[in-house]
Amino acid sequence: MDAPMIETRALRKAYGSTTVLTGVDLAVGRGQVLGLLGPNGAGKTTTVEVLSTLLRPDGGTATVAGHDVVREPDRVREAISLTGQYAAVDELLTGRENLRLMARLAHLPRAAGRSRGDELLEMFDLLDAADRLVRTYSGGMRRRLDLAVGLLTRPAVLFLDEPTTGLDPRSRSDLWTVIREVVAGGATVLLTTQYLDEADALADRVAVLDHGRVIAEGTATELKREVGAAHVELRLPDGRAERIATDASVADVRRILADVEARQLPVESWRVATPTLDDVFLTLTGRPTAGATADAPVLVGEAS
Amino acid sequence: MTATATAVARAGTTARPPAGGWAVQDGAAMIGRSLRRSLRTPDTLIMGIALPVILMLLFVYVFGGAIRTDQAAYVDYVVPGIILLCAGYGAATTAVSVASDMTGGLMNRFRTLPVRPVAALTGHVVESVVRNAVSTTLVVGVAYLTGFRPTAGAGEWLLTGGLVLLYVLALTWTAVCIGMVSSGPEAANGFTFAIMFLPYVSSAFVPPASMPRVLEVVATYQPVTPVTDTVRAWLVGAPGGQPLVALAWCAGLLVVARLTAAWLFRRRATR
Repeated sequence: MDAPMIETRALRKAYGSTTVLTGVDLAVGRGQVLGLLGPNGAGKTTTVEVLSTLLRPDGGTATVAGHDVVREPDRVREAISLTGQYAAVDELLTGRENLRLMARLAHLPRAAGRSRGDELLEMFDLLDAADRLVRTYSGGMRRRLDLAVGLLTRPAVLFLDEPTTGLDPRSRSDLWTVIREVVAGGATVLLTTQYLDEADALADRVAVLDHGRVIAEGTATELKREVGAAHVELRLPDGRAERIATDASVADVRRILADVEARQLPVESWRVATPTLDDVFLTLTGRPTAGATADAPVLVGEAS
Repeated sequence: MTATATAVARAGTTARPPAGGWAVQDGAAMIGRSLRRSLRTPDTLIMGIALPVILMLLFVYVFGGAIRTDQAAYVDYVVPGIILLCAGYGAATTAVSVASDMTGGLMNRFRTLPVRPVAALTGHVVESVVRNAVSTTLVVGVAYLTGFRPTAGAGEWLLTGGLVLLYVLALTWTAVCIGMVSSGPEAANGFTFAIMFLPYVSSAFVPPASMPRVLEVVATYQPVTPVTDTVRAWLVGAPGGQPLVALAWCAGLLVVARLTAAWLFRRRATR
């Protein structure tokens, strides 16, 4: 088998007395997409910053495209592209100018840089806005341009740090579409996200990061199986919720609902619920994600 | 092997390095970017010119009559100071541009590109020099209209230009450092005001000898005074020029700031 394109062993990093990474082990094979899943503060961004040569680790090793990030940062930089949480594009340049500038800084031949830039504008649906200042772009357009800039050199390894955080659902699915196209082109991708559905939609494998270490790894299906299957949730008039396991297929849900009808249960509302990141977290760590308790009560608790 | 495969894959996409390496092309790209930005934020440019001109008119026509200097005409005394005030303010605004690159994540993108630190920051510095050349020339032009009559020959003008350039470079690189360590564009803006106030406690507007003892000591030994005195000596033949002290201050600050900026660029992550 090929050597992994991204590999970390016992990666550690601390800021002063705050330990962010306590020993991260990751391996991503060529052409694979690894989703790095975790709540805020789990160490996702720090991991990406170490791998993209922005931060020096305190311990452990990290190699990208066969090069050590500490000893050969220039070789690593030649192989990667980073799209961070903030769209790293120049507000006072147009979309096209941003692409030209970055093409020059990436040392593409001038003609190749131009044609690649136009190709990306087209692919990311930015041709109409190409000659407008980025200052006038929407959030989704900025992220798309940011991703386009990162793809100028056809990097072998792509880091996407929470690429859709803060986007509206429409822009989010647009961005997913282009990410899928990029992946189809053969790039190796490390994607960080807070959303299981995003990892589910884009990643081949998912690693769950918590308190600076990987606590679970596998395909999205495997992780969800660990948490429990999907279920039909029934809301009863007395406020109770009843859960019935299902494989979420049409036939199975129909069978369950037919059964519910036959028993004449007084159901107020029902829904098919699939495990969420919160469920995965609760199961793996025995506690909900930081945001979950405040926003939405975790239903796993009341099901038993 | 992975490394070889990557090298082969990239050979088709990346151009061969030119004879002198990439520094010149990278620098040119970054300068082009900064000049574009400069033209698209005319308010910064206008402030950089309007402020010194207003101050000059204020000092010449309002305060000037009450200030006694060795110079027969106060305008001949104050213009060198105004030139440096204008240059200082213009250079310091670079801190704001650098700070906005830092907070927006652009700086991190530059840092993950195979680009030398010099190139990524050179754009800001050259833009500052160009902007200051334009605004200084305009300020000198307005000074002429208000009665400024320098006695300098071509040699002295050239020397003045060189010293002001060095002063601008030293302050711009200092501003680059401030821009990288400040928490955002607003905080960096505070620095431009600090630089604005330096000339007031110097020989720029009034002779230090007329100040209270403590301020006189500060005014005499801070860098703006030898630079102002030297420019004044070259332009209008006033006594008290200290070219070597002025040169030492500017060159010293430039070297320290330049090295610090490169170090910060490598170390500093975007917050």
